[in-house]
Amino acid sequence: MSEYIKSPENKVYSKPRLLNDKHMHYCPGCSHGVVHKLVAEVIEEMGLEHEAIGIAPVGCAVFAYSYLDIDWIEAAHGRAPAVATACKRLDPSRLVFTYQGDGDLAAIGTAETIHAANRGENIAIIFINNAIYGMTGGQMAPTTLEGMVTATTPYGRRVDLNGYPLKITNLLAQLPGTCLVTRQAVHTPAAVRKAKASIKEAFRNSMEGRGTSIVEIVSTCNSGWKMSPAKANQWMVDNMFPEYPLGDLKNTAKQ
Amino acid sequence: MKEEVKLMKGNEAIAHAAVRYGVDGYFGYPITPQSEVLETLEALMPWETTGMVVLQAESEVSSINMVYGGAAMGKAVMTSSSSPGISLMQEGMSYIAAGELPALVVNVMRGGPGLGTIHPSQSDYFQATRGGGHGDYHFIVLAPATVQEMADFVALGFDLAFKYRTPAMILADGIVGQMMEKVVLPPQRPRRTAAEIAEQCPWAVTGRPEGRAPNIATTLELDSAVMEKNNERFQRTYAEIEKAEVRYQEYFTDDADYLMVAFGSVARICLKAIEDARSQGIKIGLLRPITLWPFPYKEISRLAEKVKGMLVVELNAGQMIQDVRLATEGRVPVYHFGRMGGIVPDPQQVLESFMAHFPEASNNSI
Amino acid sequence: MKEEIIIAGFGGQGVLSMGKILAYAGLIDDLEVSWMPSYGPEQRGGTANVTVILSDSPISSPVLNSFDTAVILNQQSLDKFEKSVKPGGTLIYDSYGIHRLPTRTDINIYRVDAMEATFDMKNSKTYNMIVLGALLKIRPLASVDSVMAGLKKALPERHHHLLPLNREAILKGMELVK
Repeated sequence: MSEYIKSPENKVYSKPRLLNDKHMHYCPGCSHGVVHKLVAEVIEEMGLEHEAIGIAPVGCAVFAYSYLDIDWIEAAHGRAPAVATACKRLDPSRLVFTYQGDGDLAAIGTAETIHAANRGENIAIIFINNAIYGMTGGQMAPTTLEGMVTATTPYGRRVDLNGYPLKITNLLAQLPGTCLVTRQAVHTPAAVRKAKASIKEAFRNSMEGRGTSIVEIVSTCNSGWKMSPAKANQWMVDNMFPEYPLGDLKNTAKQ
Repeated sequence: MKEEVKLMKGNEAIAHAAVRYGVDGYFGYPITPQSEVLETLEALMPWETTGMVVLQAESEVSSINMVYGGAAMGKAVMTSSSSPGISLMQEGMSYIAAGELPALVVNVMRGGPGLGTIHPSQSDYFQATRGGGHGDYHFIVLAPATVQEMADFVALGFDLAFKYRTPAMILADGIVGQMMEKVVLPPQRPRRTAAEIAEQCPWAVTGRPEGRAPNIATTLELDSAVMEKNNERFQRTYAEIEKAEVRYQEYFTDDADYLMVAFGSVARICLKAIEDARSQGIKIGLLRPITLWPFPYKEISRLAEKVKGMLVVELNAGQMIQDVRLATEGRVPVYHFGRMGGIVPDPQQVLESFMAHFPEASNNSI
Repeated sequence: MKEEIIIAGFGGQGVLSMGKILAYAGLIDDLEVSWMPSYGPEQRGGTANVTVILSDSPISSPVLNSFDTAVILNQQSLDKFEKSVKPGGTLIYDSYGIHRLPTRTDINIYRVDAMEATFDMKNSKTYNMIVLGALLKIRPLASVDSVMAGLKKALPERHHHLLPLNREAILKGMELVK
């Protein structure tokens, strides 16, 4: 019986080849694992494994380079878009993408993000927005929601003290240098499929030199949020999506 | 064929030399007194000829991280700035050193601290020679004294950087950046091809070809035992550089009773002072370190056996003098003459300072 | 041959470019040259000066404390640099705006009314070339042909139509020196 099930014609799913077998450090339930898999799948499907250069951030995805078998550069905190700018300009034949979290992209690296996008660098930016600093232990991020409890907002984020949740993607959509600005999620199979399509389009934009693409993935951090993975997904739907609604903010290919 | 002699500023010479070396990319941000480097490159439009990328970044922070990215690709990439901008770059410079990446950083120093002045200075000696950012690392530091050396050290800096997989710095001052004199530019070299980079830099992040393991440029290592091993490897490289790459120039040291030690344009001011002194029968020699790291400790130590005293002349409060004192180990008196804040002493002031420290020198003369 | 020159005046008088043209002329004549500006926020309107050295042997310091020749175009510069002229050296000054005259007796002092001459030429931009002409008459450091060749190198091509005017200004400056 078991022999029968294992036969190749019955195989319905396999892990992407570029995703190696290293034990991931991500928490169970974290969105990073899914997005890593999508990036690997898209690179494979587009046949770009020899062209791809990934720029890893500082944050939970600092070890992204450990899991995907492509060439990587680990950037200083927030500087991935600057690193990517140089890589793409020095070799325009490469697929150059950054993979960044909210602290990296929207706090310490705001200048690099906005200026790379404003120059219309032909890079793709994968932006994981989970409204918290996961790596350092759950402190407030620029995208932390009003009232949200974090290690540095133990009584909830107060806008009079900490400012407002930063919708950096909306800012980036205003820039003529961007060609695709979209907000996706990976909490349901349907959402995963849409997110994958956006990543693919972003990578295609990089290869075709159409400008800067930003794919924001509204994500969970169940450890940082101190919830079960399932509860975190629901909390995201109830609280994150109203603040960060999903969908394309800009897609010049469709205009 | 007669070499073509040009007249240009040191900053312009750096730009021309970069194009001719076959540099792949320059990333910079304007700051006085070195903005001519970026301005000249933009005017030369090398992307039309050699294919060199020239980009004005949004900040020095961004510039140095662009250099980090390009260096990780095995490309010959560089930036230039002046003191406050170099301070901003220190984080990226530490990453480049930790990543064991070749790159060239030019600092045309101005007077600090803080925003300071736009006038010449040498007050970033400590920062440059001690590794200005966090961690145990060094840049190879070259100190040009002429416009010709500004041009020549671009090639030397890159050659050393690639040889040792460690970044190099041209530590110039506003004088040699802003002054014009004659220069013979090197011949145009082609930029390296992708195949040459793959061969010479097997570590380069280029996009992983079939059959090769991923190349990863990272400076992160959470396993302390491995991180210590990494540091030991860096230190072995530095020891090799210290052994093989010390460069300096001596003037009038054969019969010198006293020695001046100075780097960059200040060495030239000292040389004029020494010429004046010698016309009065006072025998002073000059040692000009060309590499500030590695520092010519041995050569100064050797001269400490011969001379009665040393005067270190710098545009700062006394930085290189610490290395001179390490080299002399208390065997001879070592004094300092420095001007700060953008003030440049003239040869007469240097000589007056020398005579104030060594009044007996004039008794021996004539 | 070695000539150590300081040219000092207001920013905007063309002090730096006059020095540059002199340096280019030295280049044409196969001399060693150095051109060392004092630059600063006072670049426009404040004082500006440049040290130019022409020599047939290698030049050590581009920064000097005394000069063979000083070309002085305002009062502050006269106050500052009169004492820096080597004994037996040359001081050339434009009397325009000068109320405290030079007093040294151990140097050769020439007054050149170059500013007035620009009024004749109806083009204030020729000022520094008139001064340069006067300097070359007093100190024949380079031929007019070398200077014109140097000027051609120093000027961007789009300004080459101004070369004849500049030549005229240099000759005018030479005439001012009696």
